[in-house]
Amino acid sequence: MAEMHTHGTDEVLCREFVEIVTDYWEGALPEERLELVEEHLVMCDWCKVYLEQMEATVRALPEATVEEPVPEATEEALLTAYREWRGPS
Amino acid sequence: MTALALSPPRLRRPWSGIESAGESEVTELLPETEPERDDARLLDALRGGDEAAFAELVGRYHGPLKRFASSFGAGDAVCEEIVQEAWLGALQGLKSFEGRSSFKSWLFGIVKNQARRRAERERRTVPFSALSGEGEDDGLAVDPDRFQGEDGAWPGHWATPPRAWEDPQRRLASLEAREHLRTAIAALPERQRAVVVLRDVEGLGAEEVCALLEISEGNQRVLLHRARAGVRNALEGYVNG
Repeated sequence: MAEMHTHGTDEVLCREFVEIVTDYWEGALPEERLELVEEHLVMCDWCKVYLEQMEATVRALPEATVEEPVPEATEEALLTAYREWRGPS
Repeated sequence: MTALALSPPRLRRPWSGIESAGESEVTELLPETEPERDDARLLDALRGGDEAAFAELVGRYHGPLKRFASSFGAGDAVCEEIVQEAWLGALQGLKSFEGRSSFKSWLFGIVKNQARRRAERERRTVPFSALSGEGEDDGLAVDPDRFQGEDGAWPGHWATPPRAWEDPQRRLASLEAREHLRTAIAALPERQRAVVVLRDVEGLGAEEVCALLEISEGNQRVLLHRARAGVRNALEGYVNG
């Protein structure tokens, strides 16, 4: 995405920032770039909002699943197998 | 909802105490999480013949394992069988489990192997790496029209910035919001969905996911980011709409 670097490397643009949020969290940005990102976040309230929304999304994701109980037949079969595995007690 | 799902320590937040870059092994350095300790306790009990401990582990992981199995393209009934076979395999292989990985990721690995064996038997060829991943690594996190063009006052900066969400924690906890979350996840391309579910829903670490899905760290991050951004975009429509 070379067209993104129209401002050289001394600044992170908003449209670049939104692409590297996960890299930022995972510690995958080179040091120089990390500093530029942090400078950008000090100045750009909108990107801060974007970052907060990404965080809210990641935090909400674990709630997305509906845990269904283990089917009875499965549980029965597995417990039987477990008893065999365990041997006579 | 699983007890294991929320493991916030895995979510690094550099802004809460500026950490320097180049700490890519950070997930390895994290201390054992609460659910992992609890797994170890149940595992000891299970080895000692405690049936209830086995039942509790099955209850804890059967759902997540089935969701993972489904990412290899099989239907619900086949996934149920795959996971059942995986549990039997886990019992057989328990002696060789040395705890070098977490019990959870060891289980996921067994499911992966079972799913693959099953696919070979049925002559379906659906290893994860062969999922229809065309173009999933391309594209942008945010619609480029939302940024100013070269003729704007601030090229590359927001033209249509995001509107702050009011009280996101409360709003996203509603049943309605969860339904939107599920729909958004289901709508993601397969590879993105598999990665975001393992990382953010099931709470596995980056390295574990790379090993399970046989993808590079860089590829894992790209897929994860696209998926998160896609879900955020969907939620934006819901929260602001």
